[in-house]
Amino acid sequence: MAPNKTNTAIEIDPSALKEELVAKYPTKVARKRAKQIIVNKVDDCGEVPEMGANARTIPGIITQRGCSYAGCKGVVLGPTRDIVNLTHGPIGCGFYSWLTRRNQTRPEGPDDANFMTYCFSTDLQDEDIVFGGEKKLRAAIREAYETFHPKAISIFSTCPVGLIGDDVHSVARDMKEELGINIFGFSCEGYKGVSQSAGHHIANNGIFTHVVGLNDTPPEGKFKMNLLGEYNIGGDGFEIDRIFDKAGITLVSTFSGNSTYDKFANSHTADLNAVMCHRSINYVAEMMEKQFGIPWIKVNFIGANSSAKSLGKIAAYFEDDELTARVEEVIAEEMVEVEKMRLDVKSRCEGKVAMLFVGGSRAHHYQDLFAEMGMKTVSAGYEFAHRDDYEGRVVLPNIKIDADSRNIEELDIQPDAKRYRPRKTEEELEKLKSKGYRFKDYDGMMPDMENGTLVIDDISQYETEMLLDKYKPDIFCAGIKEKYAIQKKGVPMKQLHSYDSGGPYAGFRGAINFYREIDRMVNSKIWSYVKAPWQKAPELSATYAWEGMSKEG
Amino acid sequence: MENANFVSTTNGCKLCKPLGACIAFRGIEGAIPMLHGSQGCATYMRRYIISHFREPVDIASSSLGEKHAIYGGGPNLKQGLKNVMTKFGAGLIGVATTCLTETIGDDVPMIVREFRREMQGEGAELPPLVTVSTPSYSGTHMEGFHAAIKAVVEQVCREGERRELINILPGFLSTADLRHLKEIVDDFGRECVLLPDFSDTLDGPALEDYEKIPAGGTPVADIERMGSGAATIEFGRTLTGNDSAGVQLNDRFGVRLHQLGTPIGIRETDAFFETLSTVTAKPVPEKHEREKGRLVDAYVDAHKYLFAKRAVVYGEEDLVIALASFLVEVGIKPVLCASGGRSGRFKSCIELVTAGFTDLPIVEEGADFKKIEELCEGLEPDIIVGHSKGYTLSRKLGIPLVRVGFPIHDRFGGQRTLHIGYRGTQTLLDRIVNAILEKSQDESPVGYAYL
Repeated sequence: MAPNKTNTAIEIDPSALKEELVAKYPTKVARKRAKQIIVNKVDDCGEVPEMGANARTIPGIITQRGCSYAGCKGVVLGPTRDIVNLTHGPIGCGFYSWLTRRNQTRPEGPDDANFMTYCFSTDLQDEDIVFGGEKKLRAAIREAYETFHPKAISIFSTCPVGLIGDDVHSVARDMKEELGINIFGFSCEGYKGVSQSAGHHIANNGIFTHVVGLNDTPPEGKFKMNLLGEYNIGGDGFEIDRIFDKAGITLVSTFSGNSTYDKFANSHTADLNAVMCHRSINYVAEMMEKQFGIPWIKVNFIGANSSAKSLGKIAAYFEDDELTARVEEVIAEEMVEVEKMRLDVKSRCEGKVAMLFVGGSRAHHYQDLFAEMGMKTVSAGYEFAHRDDYEGRVVLPNIKIDADSRNIEELDIQPDAKRYRPRKTEEELEKLKSKGYRFKDYDGMMPDMENGTLVIDDISQYETEMLLDKYKPDIFCAGIKEKYAIQKKGVPMKQLHSYDSGGPYAGFRGAINFYREIDRMVNSKIWSYVKAPWQKAPELSATYAWEGMSKEG
Repeated sequence: MENANFVSTTNGCKLCKPLGACIAFRGIEGAIPMLHGSQGCATYMRRYIISHFREPVDIASSSLGEKHAIYGGGPNLKQGLKNVMTKFGAGLIGVATTCLTETIGDDVPMIVREFRREMQGEGAELPPLVTVSTPSYSGTHMEGFHAAIKAVVEQVCREGERRELINILPGFLSTADLRHLKEIVDDFGRECVLLPDFSDTLDGPALEDYEKIPAGGTPVADIERMGSGAATIEFGRTLTGNDSAGVQLNDRFGVRLHQLGTPIGIRETDAFFETLSTVTAKPVPEKHEREKGRLVDAYVDAHKYLFAKRAVVYGEEDLVIALASFLVEVGIKPVLCASGGRSGRFKSCIELVTAGFTDLPIVEEGADFKKIEELCEGLEPDIIVGHSKGYTLSRKLGIPLVRVGFPIHDRFGGQRTLHIGYRGTQTLLDRIVNAILEKSQDESPVGYAYL
C-alpha cells in the first residue's frame, strides 16, 4: 500500500539552490550566509563539511534566534518549580518568558512549592535606570522571601542591568547572608553572545556553582542517573520518567524538566549523566565529570527506536544482567503498540518530505521519528547550535574562539577533594570502550543526514520562504514565530519548541502521539482549502506526482 | 502582609513599551517594525504577538551584541535598515528603541538621518523611516502604542487642502473592532483614515498567493493626508496632549479633535455616533439605530441575570474605563478596576463613567496580579473581565473570566472578538450573561437544562 512516488524534492540540485539563496544578498552578507548554508556530504570516514555555526546574526534579517536571557531564564532555569526566578529588569523580558514554553511540572504534594505559574520582576523604571536598581532588587528579594519562603531565589539580568552597572552577584551574596537561603545571580544580559546559547552556558555555570553538590545524601536506588537537557515540554519528561520507573532506573535529577532545587543539589550523587540536548547542557555534564567523576553519554529519547537504543546504552553502562534483561522486556512490551501504530501511519506517510529548523538538537532528534514513519528529511538546521552539534564533537579542538564566546566564562573545574569518585575504574571504562561503548560523544546532525541534503544554520525568514517554494515539503517544523507564515503558504507546520498544544513526543507513547499527529497533519483535507502557490499554477502541478496522491487522500 | 506596597512586580498586568509600538506599526500598509536593540526583544515580542493573533508577524532587529552595547549601535541599525529595505521592500520602517539602546543613549533620529543621507547619496529610494523612543522601563505597551502613532503622525502627515476625510485614532482594539469602525464610517458615507488598521495585516485570509508583507493596513499616502482631514476622532479617555496624536493633528494642522471614550456600552457608543453625525452632518444610519434598539432590548432582558453582580476588571487603562462604563449600564457593579498603566488619569476617568450608577469602585493603577488578588479579598466578585493572565485569579476564586483585551492565548479567536459599537457591546453582553448562566448551571447539583 505504500505509495510509490518520488517527491520533487529529490530532484532539486542543492548546490544550485544554495547559489540562488545567497544571490539576493549583498556581497558581504552572501559570503557569510554561504558558510552557513551547506550541502551535506558525508565522506568515508564520516566527516562532513564545516558549518559556520554560532556566528552573529545579520541585522535586519528576521532570525529565529532569541537572546542570552531567554536561554538562561526561559530555557534552562524556567522548568524548575521551586526556585523563585526573579527577573531584574523592565517588565517585558519577564512577561514574555512567563510559562510560554509549555514546560510541565508535577508538584508531589500540597506542600511542594510551585512558582512556575508566577512571573517575578523588579519592573525597573526610569529612576532605577538613572540611580541604579540594586536597592529595588534587594527589596524584591526580601518581598519574595517573606511571601513565599522559597528554598532559593535566582536573579536574571536583562540588558539594562549590565549597562547601568548593577552588581547582581554582590546583591545575591548579601541577601543570602541576610535571609539564610540560597540566592544567586546570572549575568545573562540579552546582548551577550550570539544567541540563547550563551544563556544556556551561563545558566549551566550558575547552577553548577551555586546548587549542584549541596546535598550529599545518597538517594535510594541501584541504578542512579541524571537526565540532562530534557525540559519536559508537553510532558516529554513524564513519559521518560515512566519508562525509567518501569525499567528500575532511578532518576536523581533532570536538568531541568520537572526539576526541583533539592534534586539539583543532590544530582552529583548519580552514577551516570545521560545528555539529551547536547547544546544546552553539555557544560554541566563535563563539569560533573571533572569534579565528581560521573561519566556522561549522549542519549536520545525522541523516536521509539532511539529510545530503545538509549535505554540499552544506559543498561550497558551499569553492566547488570538483571537490568539489561528488564530493559529488554520493557522495550519489547512497549514496542508492540508502537509498531502497530507505526506501520499504519507509515502506509500513509511513506515518502513524504519533512524539514526541521529548530533548536540545538531537536532538528536532529526528530529526524529519527520521521524516519520511523518512512518520511525523508531533505533540509534541516539549528537555531542556536555550535559546530559540534552539526559536525560532531570531533571538531571541538578546531573551533575558533571568537570575541562573543570569550565573553562567556569557562569555569575552571578541579576534582573535588573529598567527593571525586570515578564511577568506573580505568580498566572498566576501557573494557566498555573496547566493546564499542562511547562516552562523552556526539556525532552531530550532519553525519546522520543524507548526502545532498541542505543544512542551514540560523535560517532567515526569506530563506524559509525560498525553501518552501523549491522543495514543497509535506511538513515543516520550527517554532511559533514561523508557524503562521508557513501555513499561509499551504504547508502543514508543526511546532517543535512548544509542540503546539500537543505532546509528549518522547519515549514510546510519545512516538505514538507523534506518528498520529503528523499523519493527521500531512494527510488532512484542510490543506486542500489553502492552496500553496505552486499548487495553483497548472503547469507546475501537472509535473508533480504527489499532488495526485494528496487528492486520493 | 495585607495590602503591603510592594516594590517588585509579581505577575504583571502590562507588557513592555516597544511591543505596543510594534503592534501599532503593523497597522500601516507595507510596514515592518524594527527594534533597535538585542535580537531577543524582537524574538520575544514576535512570539507573543503571534500567539495572540495567530498570524505571521515580522519584526526586524538591529541585533546588537556586547561590542555594540559599548561602542554604539549605529552601524548595526544602518545595516539592518538596508537589509529590511532590500529583502522585504518595506513600505515604511518603524524603528522603535529598546531599553538597551535607550540606556546606552543611541541617538536614533540622528542615525536615521545619516542613513537617509548616505542612501540618497547612492541614489536609493527610501520608504518613510519613522523613529520612536520606547524604553521598556518607562510606561507600558500602551504608551508605546500611542507613542508610535504619534511619531507616525508627526513624521509622515503633511499639510494639504481641507477634505471631508475623517481621521480615526482607535487605540488598541481587536481586528473585528477595526473592521466594524470602518463599516460604521462607511455607513455615514464618508471616507476615513483609520490609524493603525491591522484588521487585515494581523487577521489576514488564507490566500492563494502568499505575501511577504501582508496586504492591508493604513496606506502611507492616507497618513500623509491626515493633516488635511475634516476632523479627528480619537478614542481613549486617559490620552492627553503629550501622548495624543489627535492633539498633534489639531495643533499642527488645525484638524478638529474629538476625544472620546472607547465606544463600548450605550453611552460611549452614542457619543461616537453623535460625533460622527455632527462631523458628517448626517443622521445615524437606520441600521445602527436598529442595532442600538436591539441592544437596549437585550439590556432589559439580561438585567435579571446581571443586576448587582460584582465584577473585577483589569487590563489597559482605556479598555478598563470603557468596560466599566458598559458594566454599570447593565447593572453590574465593578468592584475593582485595575491596570498596570500609570497615566495618573485612570481613577478620575473611572469615577466619571461610573458616577450616578454606583459608588466608586476600588481603582488601582500600576497594579500587578498579586495586588489584584489581594484587593479581591472581601470583595466577593462574581465575574472577571480581562485578558488571559487573569486565569489564575479566576481559578482561585472559582468565578468565570470573560476574556477581553490582550493577550488572549488560552482561548481561540480572542484577536477577532468584537467589543465596540452597539453590535460589539451586544456580543460582549451575551458572553457575560452566558458566563454567569453557565456557572450557575454547573454549580447546581441537579443540573437544570432550563434556566
